[in-house]
Amino acid sequence: MGSQSSKTIAQLDRNLVDYIDEAVTAKVAEKLNAFQEQIAQTLARCQKNSVSQLSNRATIIAFSGEMDKLIAAFIIATGAASIGMDVSVYVTFWALSALKKKNRFKGKAFTDMLTALMLPTGPDHLGTSKLNMFGAGPMFFSYVMKKKNMSSLADLIELARQTGVRIIACQTAMDVMGITREELVDDLDFGGVATYLADACDSKITLFI
Amino acid sequence: MQEDMKDKMNIEVEADEYLDCKDMKCPLPIVKLSKTIKQMTAGQVIAVEATDPAFKSDVQAWVKTMGCELLEFIEGPVQVAVIRKP
Repeated sequence: MGSQSSKTIAQLDRNLVDYIDEAVTAKVAEKLNAFQEQIAQTLARCQKNSVSQLSNRATIIAFSGEMDKLIAAFIIATGAASIGMDVSVYVTFWALSALKKKNRFKGKAFTDMLTALMLPTGPDHLGTSKLNMFGAGPMFFSYVMKKKNMSSLADLIELARQTGVRIIACQTAMDVMGITREELVDDLDFGGVATYLADACDSKITLFI
Repeated sequence: MQEDMKDKMNIEVEADEYLDCKDMKCPLPIVKLSKTIKQMTAGQVIAVEATDPAFKSDVQAWVKTMGCELLEFIEGPVQVAVIRKP
């Protein structure tokens, strides 16, 4: 008699345990589903905020007038263009020397003439940031790079333009240094800080070199 | 012309286009590759030969960003990447 009642109690117990198990599983699943939905929504929101508002764009400021740094800038620019990005290179201050094709002294103020005389003209006449050695460095590096089949800065600028990189010369820096538009290579865009900022605001990458 | 390029390849690979980037340094192989692939139609396959040591990691990153499929990569002194345009 006693053993039977304990059996029923054990049976009841098991039923209860099963019931509780089921109830807990159901509750947990319900909570988890709600959680998952919430996570999915948050993720979607994050992606919308971080990705869709940014265009597939890269903006690079070329500031240095040194061959090595500009080579890096233009390699990144052509590379970005070939993975399908819209690339703009803002060329300002010393880097403007790389875009010069000639000097024109006619009608220039004395100070502008001096600046033009003291700065290099064209991508083949730039110094290097290290081991310049009064101009021996660039000659050495140009030779070594040619031997190792690497593109020169002039080639890279040309390649960048062929791959659709937009090159924008900074008008303010040109005014400071007395550079006129005729002295620079053809088919450039001209702009100021607002042009850069408008581009940079929705760029995935922006660099200052 | 395509057949000529194929004959010049050291390794037998079947593809619609063949691109020779041997002796080219970064970024030229990637630039040439993206230029060529732009003119191809979707589903076509291109085989690229290159000697630049950075080519492997570059091409792997490039297919990822471009959504292309890297079907095969053969290592060696002359590396070959076989890529399908999506």
